[in-house]
Amino acid sequence: MLRSLAGALIIGLTAPALGIYLVQRRLSLIGDGIGHVALTGVGVGLLLNQSPVVTAVIVSAIGAVGVELVRQRGRTSGDLALALLFYGGIAGGVVLVGLSTDSSNANLLQYLFGSLITTSTQDVVIIAGLGGAVLLAMLLLRPALFAVSNDEEYARVSGLPVRTLNLLMAVTTAVTVTIAMRTVGLLLVSAMMVVPVAAAQQVTRGFRTTMTAAMAIGVGAAVAGFVVSAEVNTAPGATIVLLALTVFVLLAIGSAVWRVRPRRSDESEPPDVVLHG
Amino acid sequence: MSIVRVSHAAVGYDGRHVLHDVSLDVEPGEVVAILGANGSGKSTLIRTLLRLVPLGGGEIDLFGVPQRRFKQWARIGYVPQRMGAGGGVPATVGEVVSSGRLARRGIFRPPRSADRTAVRDALRDVGLLDRIDDPVATLSGGQQQRTLIARALAGQPDLLILDEPTAGVDAASQEAFAATLQKFRAAGGTILLVAHELGPLAPLIDRAVVVHDGRIAHAGPVPEPAGHHAEPGHDHLHPHAAVPKPGICEWAPADRMAG
Repeated sequence: MLRSLAGALIIGLTAPALGIYLVQRRLSLIGDGIGHVALTGVGVGLLLNQSPVVTAVIVSAIGAVGVELVRQRGRTSGDLALALLFYGGIAGGVVLVGLSTDSSNANLLQYLFGSLITTSTQDVVIIAGLGGAVLLAMLLLRPALFAVSNDEEYARVSGLPVRTLNLLMAVTTAVTVTIAMRTVGLLLVSAMMVVPVAAAQQVTRGFRTTMTAAMAIGVGAAVAGFVVSAEVNTAPGATIVLLALTVFVLLAIGSAVWRVRPRRSDESEPPDVVLHG
Repeated sequence: MSIVRVSHAAVGYDGRHVLHDVSLDVEPGEVVAILGANGSGKSTLIRTLLRLVPLGGGEIDLFGVPQRRFKQWARIGYVPQRMGAGGGVPATVGEVVSSGRLARRGIFRPPRSADRTAVRDALRDVGLLDRIDDPVATLSGGQQQRTLIARALAGQPDLLILDEPTAGVDAASQEAFAATLQKFRAAGGTILLVAHELGPLAPLIDRAVVVHDGRIAHAGPVPEPAGHHAEPGHDHLHPHAAVPKPGICEWAPADRMAG
């Protein structure tokens, strides 16, 4: 139980730190795209009798790099590139798994779609290590990643290694999603990359505050969702995601109401208020 | 040593030749304006200088170093025509201007007080210090342009390259830029700017280079606008511009152009 909470907390903290750059580049659905390409990776692994997890990570990294290269060339939009990734991924996975000796579809699913409930100690250790590394990288490189995501041409003129940073983002996303999805499930990791960011930016004004708020919302939703799911006996991963979405809705409504609130005009100041200086 | 030396540059992309045999020198402390009608290739020229567009032929030297070996990008401050489509997430004025410091300090060093001071100084120079914590999306077009100038100035460059800084910008902001650029020049900076029309920037310009059809059509003092072109705020998008004549309408008529 505690292991599952630990897993959720780590993802709640780390996923938004990565996801904020994906949202900025309008690649919010890439988590799912990578999950599907990972299926092909599993198929490759089963076919070649290698560890399917390792091949899944490699293939999804290649897929994410492919999406990035397509996006960079500018002729195909991000969303179309993601769609190609999705469908190619599923189709590739199904075909390859069918070709391998170990050809039951159930195997495919169990290699990839873990869930929060079945988190083992080893899983927690792995995602803690992964989460720590990703968080460190995202925070260390924040100024550079922000510059690239905010104005890629200017970043290039500044001499920043734009292509390398973009590819690094692609590979980091792929590795994070593929490894985390086995422990906490694909739904949780992809949703936590973008939903807390969407919620945070309803009320924030700048990039740094958005990132901090998104991480706070991620962790908060993870804890609260976990507790609620234990009480009500629902799937913890899905409950956490629904809670994060609820935060988004509340903040969206709240900020809209705040913006149209009647403003106090000067005439409403009581006449006996004297402002000195 | 010229700050910028372009020798017989040729640029083409998408199978089209955009620039042919373009040569240009910019000396330290000069303010050079690159003028031309839309589609003349003037923006391509500076984008090629900045390595955003590959050079097809010829050579470019920056600060005496061949472009392909040039590494001191912090010495160049680039002000694009508008903010990049930064997309989904908000950013404050301060955060955008801070990205101008990255060329100076490198991507692995965390920001220090010198960086913060440079950002504030740059914002003070463009008159936006009071907006430092505001989201850039809430600024007017002219204020966003001033933010981009501040971003370029924050890196403490020796050369400022501006792409159409006054396009679509209100008159008050244009006056503000002119003052900022004047200050930059007075401190020893060099300026290269692309413009469709100069407005309040005209007194600043030492030399104008007119690009037409991918070639340099005129280099020398700023051509005097003639006739209705002399009206302030006059817009050069003429219906007959579909068939460009050499020069910009009456600005540099064919009989007055150098070979």
